[in-house]
Amino acid sequence: MATPTIESPRSGRVAPGYSRTQGSRGNFEMIAWLFMRISGAILVVLIFVHLYVNLVAGDGISGIDFGFVAGKWASPVWQIWDLTMLWLAMLHGTNGIRVIINDYAEKNSTRMWLKGVLYTSTVVIVVLGTLVIFTFDPCPVVNGVAHVADYCPAP
Amino acid sequence: MEKEPASKVELAPGVGGGGEIPTFDITLKVRRYNPEVSDDAHWDEWQLTMYGTDRVLDALHKVKWEHDGTVSFRRSCAHGVCGSDAMRINGRNRLACKTLLKDLDTSKPILVEPIKGLPVEKDLIVDMEPFFQSYREIMPFLISKGHEPTKERLQSSEERERYDDTTKCILCAACTSSCPVFWTDGQYFGPAAIVNAHRFIFDSRDDAGDMRLEILNDKEGVWRCRTTFNCSEACPRGIQVTKAISEVKQAILTRKV
Repeated sequence: MATPTIESPRSGRVAPGYSRTQGSRGNFEMIAWLFMRISGAILVVLIFVHLYVNLVAGDGISGIDFGFVAGKWASPVWQIWDLTMLWLAMLHGTNGIRVIINDYAEKNSTRMWLKGVLYTSTVVIVVLGTLVIFTFDPCPVVNGVAHVADYCPAP
Repeated sequence: MEKEPASKVELAPGVGGGGEIPTFDITLKVRRYNPEVSDDAHWDEWQLTMYGTDRVLDALHKVKWEHDGTVSFRRSCAHGVCGSDAMRINGRNRLACKTLLKDLDTSKPILVEPIKGLPVEKDLIVDMEPFFQSYREIMPFLISKGHEPTKERLQSSEERERYDDTTKCILCAACTSSCPVFWTDGQYFGPAAIVNAHRFIFDSRDDAGDMRLEILNDKEGVWRCRTTFNCSEACPRGIQVTKAISEVKQAILTRKV
C-alpha cells in the first residue's frame, strides 16, 4: 500500500501578489539611501549660502538681474558651486520621487511609466543646466548686434 | 456522578454579578465581510452594556455569544501573549485583549476592523501567510558554526541586553499591518520580520548574521523603511521597532562600506 503523502503545512499557499520575486540583490537601494543622507547634508549648506548670497548680501533681492548672474558665473567658484547644487539637488529630488513612486504606485507597469517620465525630465534638466553653466556668454551677439552690457569689453 | 460540593461562601444577593464594577453603554461597530454572501464589506453595530473591567475582546465575545454567532475573529490566550487578536480599533492597530473599553471614547461608536494590508478571509480574520512567509525568510532560528558546546552556550548579560527588546515580539502583525509601505503592495518584508532578524543578528551566539543582513539588503528589505514610526506606535509589547530597523540598516552599512 502506498504511503499517503501529507503536504507540509500551508505549502505554497501565500496569496498571489505577496510573494517576492527573487534575485533583486545588489546594493543599489543601500547606496541610494546613503546618497540621500549625504547629499541632503551637503545641500543644506549649498542652498542656504546660495540664498544668502543672492537674496540678502549686497543689494539684496533688488540686485538680482542678468548682470548679477553673469557676474557670478564669471567666477569658477560659483560655476562649481552651482553645478554641484544642480546635480545633487536633481539626483536627490529624483531619487525622492522614485521612492515615492515605488511606495504609492501599486502596479509595476504604472511604476515603469512614471519613472520613465521622471528619468527623462531629470536628464533634460541636468543636461540643460550643465550646458548653461559652462556655455553661458554674458555678452551675446544676436543677429550681428552685440547686446553690450556695461561690464562687457568694447567690441 | 458525584454531586458538586456546596459553596462555602455565602454571597449576599446582588453580589457576584460584577455589581461593584461601574457599567456603561457602548456602541460597537464591526467591519463585516463574508465572501460566501457578498463581495462587499459592511459595518454592523450593536449596543452593549459593558463593565469597567471589560476589554474590546469581551465586547466581541458578548456579541458573538449573545447577539450574532457569525461574527468571526481570532483569539487564543486572551491575555496579550499569543498575538492572535491584533485588530484595527478606532483606526489604530491594537490587541483586542489588551485594550480596555474605558480607555476608549465610549461616547462614540467603537470601530473594529481587520488589520490592513493582508487579505481578509472573513470579518476580522486575515490571511497571515504572507506575514509568516517574510518571517520564515529571515531564518528566525539559531544558526551556529563550529562544534557544539558540551554545556550551554554562554552569554554575558551585556550581550543578552543587546537584543533584549526584540525578543518580546509575539508575531501579532500589528506593526507590519500598520506600515504604509506594506499596505501598497505587500512586497516589503515588514517591521516584524526585521525585528525578528534583529533578535538573531545581534545575538552573540548566532553565526548567520551576515546571511540575514544579506537577505534584508534586498530591494524590499530595510531600505524601504521610511521611519514613519507607525510600527513602534502599534506594537502592543512596546518594542522600539523603528529603532531596531535602523540598527539593522547600520549593521548592513558598516558591513558593506
